[in-house]
Order: sequence, then C-alpha cells, then structure tokens
Amino acid sequence: MQQSRPDILKAYRQMRTIRAFEERLHIENRTGQIAGFTHLYAGQEAIAVGICEHLTERDYISSTHRGHGHCIAKGCDPRLMMHEIYGRADGLCKGRGGSMHIADIDKGMLGANGIVGGGPPIAVGAALACAARGDGSVAVSFGGGGSSNQGTVFEAMNMAVVLKLPKIFVFELNGYSEHTGETYTIGSDIVTRTEGFGLPVFQADGYDYFSVHQAMGEALAHIRAGKGPCAIVAEATRYFGHFEGDPQNYRAKDEVRTLRETRDAMLHFRRKVTEAGLIEAAELDAIDAEIAAFIEDCVASATAGPAPGAEILLSDVYADY
Amino acid sequence: MTVKTFREALNEALFQEMRRDPSVIVMGEDVSGGAGGSSGSRDAAGGIFGVTKGLFKEFGEHRVIDTPISESAIIGLANGAALAGMRPVAELMFADFVGVAMDQIYNQLAKFRYMFGGKARAPVVVRMSMGAGMNAAAQHSQTIYAMLSSVPGLKVVVPTTPADAKGMLAAAIRDDDPVIFLEHKALYSSKGEVPDGEHVAPLHGANLVQSGKDATVVAIGRMVPFAQKAAAKLAAEGISFDLIDLRSTSPIDEEMVLESLSLTGRLVVVDESNPICSIASEVAAIAAEKGFPLLRGPVRRVTAPHTPVPFARELERMYVPGPDRIEAAIRLAVKGE
Repeated sequence: MQQSRPDILKAYRQMRTIRAFEERLHIENRTGQIAGFTHLYAGQEAIAVGICEHLTERDYISSTHRGHGHCIAKGCDPRLMMHEIYGRADGLCKGRGGSMHIADIDKGMLGANGIVGGGPPIAVGAALACAARGDGSVAVSFGGGGSSNQGTVFEAMNMAVVLKLPKIFVFELNGYSEHTGETYTIGSDIVTRTEGFGLPVFQADGYDYFSVHQAMGEALAHIRAGKGPCAIVAEATRYFGHFEGDPQNYRAKDEVRTLRETRDAMLHFRRKVTEAGLIEAAELDAIDAEIAAFIEDCVASATAGPAPGAEILLSDVYADY
Repeated sequence: MTVKTFREALNEALFQEMRRDPSVIVMGEDVSGGAGGSSGSRDAAGGIFGVTKGLFKEFGEHRVIDTPISESAIIGLANGAALAGMRPVAELMFADFVGVAMDQIYNQLAKFRYMFGGKARAPVVVRMSMGAGMNAAAQHSQTIYAMLSSVPGLKVVVPTTPADAKGMLAAAIRDDDPVIFLEHKALYSSKGEVPDGEHVAPLHGANLVQSGKDATVVAIGRMVPFAQKAAAKLAAEGISFDLIDLRSTSPIDEEMVLESLSLTGRLVVVDESNPICSIASEVAAIAAEKGFPLLRGPVRRVTAPHTPVPFARELERMYVPGPDRIEAAIRLAVKGE
C-alpha cells in the first residue's frame, strides 16, 4: 500500500461506483424498463479498478459482455452509461449499443463485446498502435475464464508475443463459463497455459484492490523494461448470474452469501485502509452516500431520457451513408 | 499512362499511400516473408501474389508486418490499430480464408462506427484474392463479395482494370470506413494503361465500359473481360449492349443500371458467384423493384452453379461463366432464343 491518500480515495470511489451501479441495475432489471441482456460485474470490482488506476486515456482496454465495471474504471461517464443501458438517444452510444456494446474511444475504451473472445485480438491491434506511437502507452484486454478457451484469444496471445507488443492479457476468473464451471471448461491450468504462449503471468488476489494494483504495476514494469507482453490472472466471483434472470442452478445455495461475507472486495478495501489508519471509516461512508445519491440520479435521468428516433437508426453505418 | 499489370498497379498504390501517410501499415501472412527462415532474407515473398513486393525494403518491419497464420488475429490487429488511429491494410491471402476471421470482420469491424454511437472510426482495408481460374478448388477459388456485401458497415469493391486496381486501392486506404478489397487472381497478370504518379479513383460508382442499344449487361470482376469477348462475337450478329463494370458491390450503383435499362429494356447480370442470394440476384431485384416498367423481357442471370468450386480443369471451366455462356444469355435476352 504505497499509494497516496487521494489515490486510495479515488480507487475506492471507482469501486463503489461500480458496485452501486451494478446493485442498482440488478434491482432495475426487475422493473422491466431495461431491454435486452445485462451481465453484472458486482464482486469483481477490485480487478477492473486495480488495473485501470494505472492507465490514462492514451492507454486502451477491450472489455467483455460483463463490461460495466471496466467502462467505469476506464473513465466512461456512468450517467451516459446508464442512459445507454436504458436505450436513450443521449446514451453513450446513442442507444445503439446497450449494455453489451458500451464504448468510448476518446477514453481508450474499445468496447464491451457481445462475442466471448472478441476483444483480445482488437486490443492487440491497439497495442500495435501504442508501439508505433512510442509514447509508452499500453493496451489491456479483459476476459474471463470462458473467453480464455477461445481460439481468438490463443491467436491474440501468440500475435502479441510474435510482435513483442505492449499488451497485457487480464484473465479474471469468476469460477464460471456462463453456466458451467471453469474447473470443467479450462482443460489445464490457465497460468501454465498462458505461460506456454510465452507470456509471463502476474497473479493477484482478485478481491484485493491492492494486490491487483501491485500486479498491474509489475506487469507495466515488465513491458516498460522492453520484455514484451504479459498476463495477469486474478480470481473473483460475480455476485449475480451470468445474465440478469439467470436462476444460477449451477451454484451451491450459499456460495454467493458466503463469498459476500468472507471475500467481498469492498469490505476488504475498507478494512485494510481503516485498520492501517490511512482513511477514516466516516470518509468512506460519505463516499458511499454520495455515490448512492449519484446513481439514484443517473437512474432518474435515464428513466426520463429521450427515446431514439429513425435518424439514429439510419445514421453512422458509414462515414457518408 | 504506362501499361502495367494489375499486380504492379496494386503495388504502386501501396507505395503511393505508404509514402503519403505514415499511419498506413500493411499486415498479413508473408507480406514480406522470410522472417525466421534460413536464408536471412526479409523480403522473401512480398505477398503470395507479389502485391506487397518491395514494401519491406522501403518501410521496414514496423510498417510491413509479417504475421503468423492467424486470420482472426490479423483482422483483430488491423481493427484495434485502426480504432487507435492507424490506417491498416490487412491481407488475407485468399478470400476463402475469411471464414476463419469472420467474427472480427462482421461482428467487430463492420459495427464499430454504428454500435459505438458514431464516434469510432475504423479505416481498415482487407485485401483478399478471389475467384476461380487457377484450379485451386473449393477452398481457394470463391468470390465471396455477396456474403460480405450483405453486412451493413462494410464497403465491398472489386476492381477489374489495372487503372482501377491502383486508383481504388488508394481510395480504399483513404476511406474512413472498412473496405473489403477483392482482387481476382486471374486478373493479376492482366495489363492495361495505368496513370503515372499519384492516382486515386472513385471507390464506388459503376463504369460504363462500352455502349450499345439492345441490352444492359452488368458484370463483376473477371466477368467484365469475358463479356467484352462476347460483345465482339455478338456484334457480327448486329447485337450491341451497354456493358457496366459494377466495380463496387456495396454500395451498388443502381442509378447507372436503371439509366441504362431505360434505354435498352433488357438486363443480363454476369456474376462468377453461386446464384442464390448473389449480387446477380440483387441487381435483378433492383430491376424488378425500381425498373419494372422498363423491362421488355425477363432478367437473365449468368452465374456459377450452386456447387462448390471444383478442381479438375474440365469441371472448373464448366463452373465459371465463360464468354460462350454470356454470349448465349445475351442472345436469349435480346432475341428470345
């Protein structure tokens, strides 16, 4: 924990924003106001924030169908994200993308992705551009255990190694590939498999922001020392289903409850910084309250946001449609 | 103007655009070739058909990027680099290999601009060789433009002449949208006048190759020179036709087709692809929907049969719509026999 007080508070604020955003969406999904498929990231906040706190807008990330946390951590505006998830004309992607396709290129956020394994090849391309610019920027792909079995990801890993690109593959293992356990779908150990591609792996505790942050620091040092691409593997489960509405019959009844009680990233963060005397609990409480109100306001404005019209349906297919 | 091959014209366009714009990069299997080989040569291939020959020497390994045989990752490399501000020209060797990279093309590249609210820009050119004529059989001979033309967000072009090969490739590279650039492999050694110096041709819009009174013949790629051969024979019978080189299959120049049809009243569409959901079908549909009162007889489609591309010389010759079949179809359209 060698971070400054403002850095620690900022990280906590980001993690709390993700948690509040997702917990609230879980409730909102039952109102029937949100169309389509929503995949929530609650429980895994420490990974997105631990990684992205090292990045600037010059760096790139690619995300997944479970992308809200990565988007928020990379600097996408949560209000515009909420409007997007509500399918509003003034959403981040004009209501064309929805939960699974939130992107903000100006922030270096190359998109959530509806295709498992779709992001890593794109992030390798962004890393190529980073290398060409030579400004020390990097590209990061997030992916779960499920995507780690896709051929596109194997191809992306090999390509990054062959071209020696500033690219970090983050595998966040939440225990499941949709409705099937990762112990079944990953045929070997993910760390040795990734190392087999020539990618050194930095492992982190996915429930511990500081552990992830440290691993990412080491990964960046590795790249900046000119040693080529690498990977980070961290475990942290999702608190909700694969998608909203998933009955989660594949999970033991008390699995999530136990994890929430024993391995919660927010509680862990709070305990760590208060016990070390770095931050007062009251300060964190104030952040919690402020963010709860902010998310409430985002939902209110998204609910009242403008519906998109035909001009949005028919534009931006081409530069000159 | 200098007479050059289609291949040389493409090569010239790549030199032209890479010299003009440092963000233009080339990537693909063997685009330079030789890395890791025992000869030590780093410009050992210059692309499977020699289109990227010599680029490595001038632009080096950071702009002429040899990749593993890894089509998804090649297109992904182009996609991400484009989103991050570069202008990649990715080569897929054979158009048939598009299946391996399909997700990166039709789910990712084609949709960035729209799906991300209009802010993303992905100026990727995907070059592929296509078409029968080399007895390369079912997985190295297809003309897949119809499949890709049906995807919103992709532009799909098929140059026919060396001049267009140069000008359209330059235009594709400068275009801010993804462009699928299909090169007919039977045309690589064909020759024609090519403008010297900087040359950029319109990316879209059909070309009226020759004018006539009896029919409108719309052709794509290698079918254009075949239709020209048919024209020479039909002229002896007093039959002449407008020959339209479509050039672009997405978008299609409807205006030129309908304008010609208004003068001739008869339409023949020549397409090397399989017939179902083909560009020939699309042009026929345009005529049926928007040119119905202009038609004096049924639209004739000349296409390959609904089979994979076969290997044996005799079989491939039967598969590809040749000048004789085109000639017969035009005669049928004009004379009803």
